[in-house]
Formats: sequence, C-alpha cells, structure tokens
Amino acid sequence: MYDSGKIIPGLIIFVLIVTFPIWFNHGVAADPPKAELPKDKKQCVLPLSEIRPNHMKTLNQWRDEVLRTEDRSFFSVEGTMYQKSLQNACMQCHVSKKKFCDVCHTYAAVTPYCWDCHLEPVEEATKEDVN
Amino acid sequence: MDKKRREFLKIAGISTLAGLGAPAVVDRLVSGVSPLAARAAVEVQPGGHGAESQAPAEHGAEVVPTGKQYGMVIDVRKFIAQPGLADECIKACNVSHNIPQFPDPKDEIKWIWLTGHENAFPDNSQYHLSETMENNQVLVLCNHCANPPCVRACPTKATFKDKNGIVAMDYHRCIGCRFCMAACPYGSRSFNWRDPRDPQGGLDMNNLNRLFPTRMRGVVEKCNFCVERLGRGEEPACVAATGGSKAMVFGDLNDPDSEIRQVLKQNYTVQRKPSLGTKPSVFYII
Repeated sequence: MYDSGKIIPGLIIFVLIVTFPIWFNHGVAADPPKAELPKDKKQCVLPLSEIRPNHMKTLNQWRDEVLRTEDRSFFSVEGTMYQKSLQNACMQCHVSKKKFCDVCHTYAAVTPYCWDCHLEPVEEATKEDVN
Repeated sequence: MDKKRREFLKIAGISTLAGLGAPAVVDRLVSGVSPLAARAAVEVQPGGHGAESQAPAEHGAEVVPTGKQYGMVIDVRKFIAQPGLADECIKACNVSHNIPQFPDPKDEIKWIWLTGHENAFPDNSQYHLSETMENNQVLVLCNHCANPPCVRACPTKATFKDKNGIVAMDYHRCIGCRFCMAACPYGSRSFNWRDPRDPQGGLDMNNLNRLFPTRMRGVVEKCNFCVERLGRGEEPACVAATGGSKAMVFGDLNDPDSEIRQVLKQNYTVQRKPSLGTKPSVFYII
C-alpha cells in the first residue's frame, strides 16, 4: 500500500472522531425524562403501567367514541367526573404541557400534532412567549 | 450436487402443483365447509370484535333510520323585526368555536353567515319580490342534510352523518382534498387556507374558548350544530343567542312531539334548494 504511514493513522483518527459520541458517553446513562405529575391528584384515568405506554391509544379511542359514536359519557376518577377529552380532562390536572407532555415527547423525539388544534393550558411562560 | 436443467424443471413443476393443490385438499378435509363460510364462522364467534354492529339486516332489507335528525327552523320575520339579532348569533358562534376572522374574503371561514334572499333561495321565484325581502339578508348555515352530498364525496370519511343526524367533521381525518366543498350546494364549508392561529389576522390567542379546539391549516371546517354543547345538554350557541325570541328553533325532526315539529306544523316553511334532493334539515319561515 502506498502512503500507508498516512492512511492508517488517518483512518484511525477518522474512526475515533466518528465514534466519539459512543465512547465519550459510554457508561453515562442520560437521565430519563421526568414528567411533572399533578401534586394534588394521585389517581389517573388508568393505572400508571397502562396510561404511560398506551395514552395515545386511549386518546384515539376517546376521540373515536366521542366523535364517531357520539358517546360523550363522563367517567369518574376519585369522585370527580371527567369528559373523554385531552383538552378538557387530561390537561385539567396536568396543567403544564411543557412540563408534562413535552418532557417525554422531546426525549423520544416524537411530535404528535395534538396541539395544532387543541389548546394547551394557559401558563405564565407561554404568555411571555407570545408577547 | 450437479443438477440438470431437466431435473430442476421437473421439481419446480411438481412443487407448483403441490402448492396449488394443497389448499383444495385441506378444504375438502374440513368436512364440506366452503372456505368462505369457514372464515366467516371464525369471525362471528361470540365476543368477536364488531360482530354485532356489522351484522347485516335480514334479507337485505334497508336499515330503518331509527335515530334522530336534528334540525332547525329559522324565522326570518323575527330577524327582520330585530335587526342586529343575526349578527349576535354569528358572533356567538364565532366565539364558541374559535372561528378566525380573516380580512381577505378568500380566506374566510364561515359557519353561520348572512346572505341575500336571492342567493339563499335561488329556486324560489324572485319575480316582483317584496321590497323587504329583496333587501333582506338571510341567516344561513350548514343544512345538516338528511341526504348529504358532502358525506358521499369525502374519501376518508372525515365527514359523516352521526347518529343524531348531524353532518359532523372529524378534523383528525380530513386530508383537505375539498371534495366536500365542491359537493356542498350551499357553500357551507370553508377551507383553512391559512393557519387559524396566524398572528396576522387570525384568532386572538389570548381570547379563546378554551373548551373547544381551533383547527389547523389544510382542513375543511363547517357548522357542527354545536355537538359539543348538545353533549352538555345546552342548545346550539346561535339558538341560545336569540334568547327566548324563538327566532331559531332547534330540535329533533324525527320526534313528532318536539317543539320544532309543532312549529313546522303551524307554519309554512321553505328549505334551501330542495330540488337537489339533499333533504336539508334547516327550514325557513319567510
């Protein structure tokens, strides 16, 4: 091989640079997202083990029941009645989209389009953003 | 392992025959049950998903519409007697449903609006019309037709007839093809050419009905007969805005005892473009 003295060290340096994020972060786990839960409420509409992985399915199911079958029945959690609604049920307790929804969605790099139409709860921070 | 072409072709042929023949043999073995019937039997097992709802009517008879058909009677005389009332109805709707007010008529979003008598009722004779009628602006909205052409045109079932007879929209499914707009003979549908939350002329984001969503750019929207208010046991926003004046009466057209049916019984009413066969559910007392 011609110029092996340059090519091989060059290749080694290239591989080191490309794999930099892997070996630099090795053994250092990034902090998992920590969504802010409501302080005064303990019970969600479903147990944590179901609502956390399946909330999108629940929301889709609610949407279809409410819009398609016109089944707008309320349901009770700890004695409080709730509608089947993202905007009017979930976000009544989870009062901050930024501290609840966005935390995990940003971490998982998903961009659901809920908020293109649905209104997020009014927060102090959002007011500043608007102004 | 040196295969000749001749041998390869033999094996390939036998395999093809076996592959084609095997299902037929298996079907015979499932004692006389035809494959289609066997498949259906599997699907209609008790507890099977959607088994009940998809059961076809017996002997192919048409399913009788047993549901409601919400409708409305608009008393034009009362709107003439009370100028400004119509604008209040429109305003109530706009506020209730977060409808953006774009200055350019091309971007306009209309759920309920005013139009000339002649435009509202082009089927009727406009010959020697009374002066009041000639200059009158009529309140028009989606007719929630019993035979809605928009629903047939929609390729994604984003718009559909719900069980209360309301022509409803599911904005999650709308792909913005605007076939429904072409199909609607009343111009009751508006396309969101611009983002309703557009800071230039769209919604006032600090002054919204927080119980109702907005729409997004690229979907078609229309009057929903206030399904969300009906679900809470309230009457539609425009009807509520008329107060007790009975300028608008809302109710179930299929219920012979409903108030709207009494009003229809006692008054001569017209519909918009009835000759098209859409069976509009909004009636006008002229």
